[in-house]
Amino acid sequence: MSGDAHMVDHPGPVSWSDAARREIDAIFAKYPDTKSATLPIIWLAVREFGWISPQVEVILGEVLKRPLNEIHSVVTFYTMFPQGPLGRHHIQICRNIACWLANAPELMEHLVAKLGIHPGEISADGRFSLEEVECLAYCECAPALRIDGRYEGNLTREKIDRIVEEAR
Amino acid sequence: MLKLVTKNIGIENSHTLAVAKANGVYSRVEKALAMAPEAIVEDVIKSNLRGLGGAGFPAGRKWSFLPKDSPKPRYLVVNGDEGEPGTVKDKYIMIHDPHLLIEGIIITCFAIRSHKAFIYIRGEYDLPIERVEGAIAEAKAAGILGERVMGRDFALDIVVHRGAGAYICGEETSLLESLEGKRGWPRLKPPFPAVEGYQRCPTVVNNIETLSYVPFVIEMGGQAFADLGSERNGGLRIYSVSGRVNKPGVYELPMGTPLRQIIYDHAGGIAGGRQLKAVIPGGSSAPILTAAEIDVPMDFDSLAKIGSMLGSAGIVVFDETVSIPAALLVLARFYAHESCGQCTPCREGTAWMTKIIQRILDGDGRMGDADNLIRIARNVLGNTICPLGDAAALPVISWVTKFRPEFEEWIKRGRPVSQAPIPVTHIGERTAVAV
Repeated sequence: MSGDAHMVDHPGPVSWSDAARREIDAIFAKYPDTKSATLPIIWLAVREFGWISPQVEVILGEVLKRPLNEIHSVVTFYTMFPQGPLGRHHIQICRNIACWLANAPELMEHLVAKLGIHPGEISADGRFSLEEVECLAYCECAPALRIDGRYEGNLTREKIDRIVEEAR
Repeated sequence: MLKLVTKNIGIENSHTLAVAKANGVYSRVEKALAMAPEAIVEDVIKSNLRGLGGAGFPAGRKWSFLPKDSPKPRYLVVNGDEGEPGTVKDKYIMIHDPHLLIEGIIITCFAIRSHKAFIYIRGEYDLPIERVEGAIAEAKAAGILGERVMGRDFALDIVVHRGAGAYICGEETSLLESLEGKRGWPRLKPPFPAVEGYQRCPTVVNNIETLSYVPFVIEMGGQAFADLGSERNGGLRIYSVSGRVNKPGVYELPMGTPLRQIIYDHAGGIAGGRQLKAVIPGGSSAPILTAAEIDVPMDFDSLAKIGSMLGSAGIVVFDETVSIPAALLVLARFYAHESCGQCTPCREGTAWMTKIIQRILDGDGRMGDADNLIRIARNVLGNTICPLGDAAALPVISWVTKFRPEFEEWIKRGRPVSQAPIPVTHIGERTAVAV
């Protein structure tokens, strides 16, 4: 799992917006205990602050009434909670078996050349970040990627070019 | 051909309440709610409906394990963490027929006397989450969910819980830990979730597809549903087909349909007119089958008999050009990445198996590495808290055993000149159902 990545600080202090506080209350109302609200509230923090920094962990601990070590242990266990900024468009390209059988490695090379970044990096203009991921469960349309929360499958070089152009 | 849970796929706006209702969804709730809860459990036992997430445990029997006298609340936890490589089926139900899933949840919760269900959906599934949440909102507004389900004296609330990218959370006790806000470290069993599950309360964990078949068991009766499948494997199921076939996609067919028929009659045969080399029959964790073994009926018992498993019915097809050692590295790397780190044999074993396969592919393999791989895999097998260890070990054992000459060829000659490490074959546009 992740956990080896270095957490990036936010430039200044972070605090929940009023809207986020209302949403937190609504999340708590769904569960019989507060701890169960941990993942949904971390997701909310990702949306609010872009990534989970040490400062964000502090305010997560405050609302969830859980010690920092527990918050950190959860945040770093799951690969989808970023611990540093991402590009405005985050591309996750699948490397698992069905995509591999459909030439995903070659498309990854193409994407690396096109964006000028490797997995784990952000493009200089901040537009794109790239991540190699395990099975996205879009095997029937392999090779596949996920960008900005949507799936794109049956990828070819041309289709990747189009997706990147449209995201710019 | 008979279709049940995929029947409404392709109908415009099948995910909306109006269209779903017009196509039969929620029509079984009334009948179910007029039955005694125990009678529903009995009917589901009779139906031979198995756990379609992969374990294949009879669903009705799982429900019957809930303690009768516990004062604690009971929960239904729905597993939509679909992460087994090669498996894409639950997504189709969530995207195209979320109300059918809700109908199944209502009937199941009534049968097990639960008033709260959680649907745990993998974090990458934005559209499925949106569709299921939308359907829950519609159902609440229409009085289908809430304090009085369809006007009856039965309350039910459903909450969608978004995962965050951990394959291990598809294992039911890991999923419960994750739902409770912790890292997804699997629990020792017993106690099983039926006795101590979510919040240490009696809990049933069922897969999306399993629950989506429940309305059809009610509609046709357990015996009729059982008769659709093979012995002890009731009904139909969705087979996900990917890899080197002409028509990858999802196919809902009877339990026990021969693998050959699925590959050649439904998925259009091998791409490019090439020869079949091997098949993963039930998600990446299932031991591989050679081309000579594909006459097996696709049900839990028949595959177990030949040393593999039906699992999630994620079928991945390899043609003759695929390098088995190179493909195994893809899976070994996956299991090493997804091992949660709790049990030493799995954490260390998955990493070492990956390193050894990597060095074989780099042309640095040593004589004895094939045996090393099998020995390490056997030390993982059965020595871990959850089945991820087995899932990582079984492919290694079966692939190395069945395709040993290929591994030895790499070891003896270094990287064979004739074979690139990553087979490159143009496949062209796919014909799968768009999602």
